[in-house]
Amino acid sequence: MNARETKLTRRRVLALTGGALGFLALGGMARAADAVPAYPDQAFEDKKEGDALKALFNGQTATPSDKVKLTAPEIAANGAVVPITVESTLPDVTRMFFLVPENPYPLVAEFILPKGTKPYVSNRIKMGKTSDVIAIVESQGKLFSATKSVKVTVGGCGG
Amino acid sequence: MAEELKNTIRVLAKAGANGEVDVKALVHHPMDSGLLKDASGKLIPAHYIKTITFKYGGKVVFVAQWSRAVSKDPFIGFRFDGGAKGGKIDVSWQDNEGMSDATTAEIR
Repeated sequence: MNARETKLTRRRVLALTGGALGFLALGGMARAADAVPAYPDQAFEDKKEGDALKALFNGQTATPSDKVKLTAPEIAANGAVVPITVESTLPDVTRMFFLVPENPYPLVAEFILPKGTKPYVSNRIKMGKTSDVIAIVESQGKLFSATKSVKVTVGGCGG
Repeated sequence: MAEELKNTIRVLAKAGANGEVDVKALVHHPMDSGLLKDASGKLIPAHYIKTITFKYGGKVVFVAQWSRAVSKDPFIGFRFDGGAKGGKIDVSWQDNEGMSDATTAEIR
């Protein structure tokens, strides 16, 4: 993948986090005290730029931020097991998301962080092929992101 | 097809000096994406954990909502404030086929 393609991919995903304001109410409900938000079935089934994925982000666009630190390997020999760690120094982080735009279903995981839980998550994910990995952090109701390109030598969409 | 499995969860929770607890968990689960075929060319049906919940003192401290793109035998790590050595962490997961497991781990 050349640099130009990478840039387009990133732009596309930033765009897909924008738009669709109709589901603000859903996001509000998800933050009722101690209630665990419903599993975002539709967002996980979105293939590209779907409305459900936009709805999950409350129609917001994530702003790239150096206060989101994404640790991922430069090269993943095995796409079936790619370790991803995200940390942030942003205040009041309530949710984090991992996205892999080139996967068949871009949304990989959503993490709920109640008050008192550190803005730190470590998880292992599958990548079908070389792609950006995008971490989105929700801080005080706003979205911030970090992106890193991971080169996959053997794809592992199934594990 | 609700089925409760046993002994699929391994948890290591360590309390630091400042009341911060570092939690690492490993779950034994195929996490099949539904996109791969077996040796005979038949599609392996999707089978993956959707939600794993961690509680401390009955209060939710962390939830992961997973897709089919989380690795087989998933690993998850997080940190929270206010835990103490000897305290108990309750962990439970549910998958897309109605299977589940739960365990309790002591903070060390």
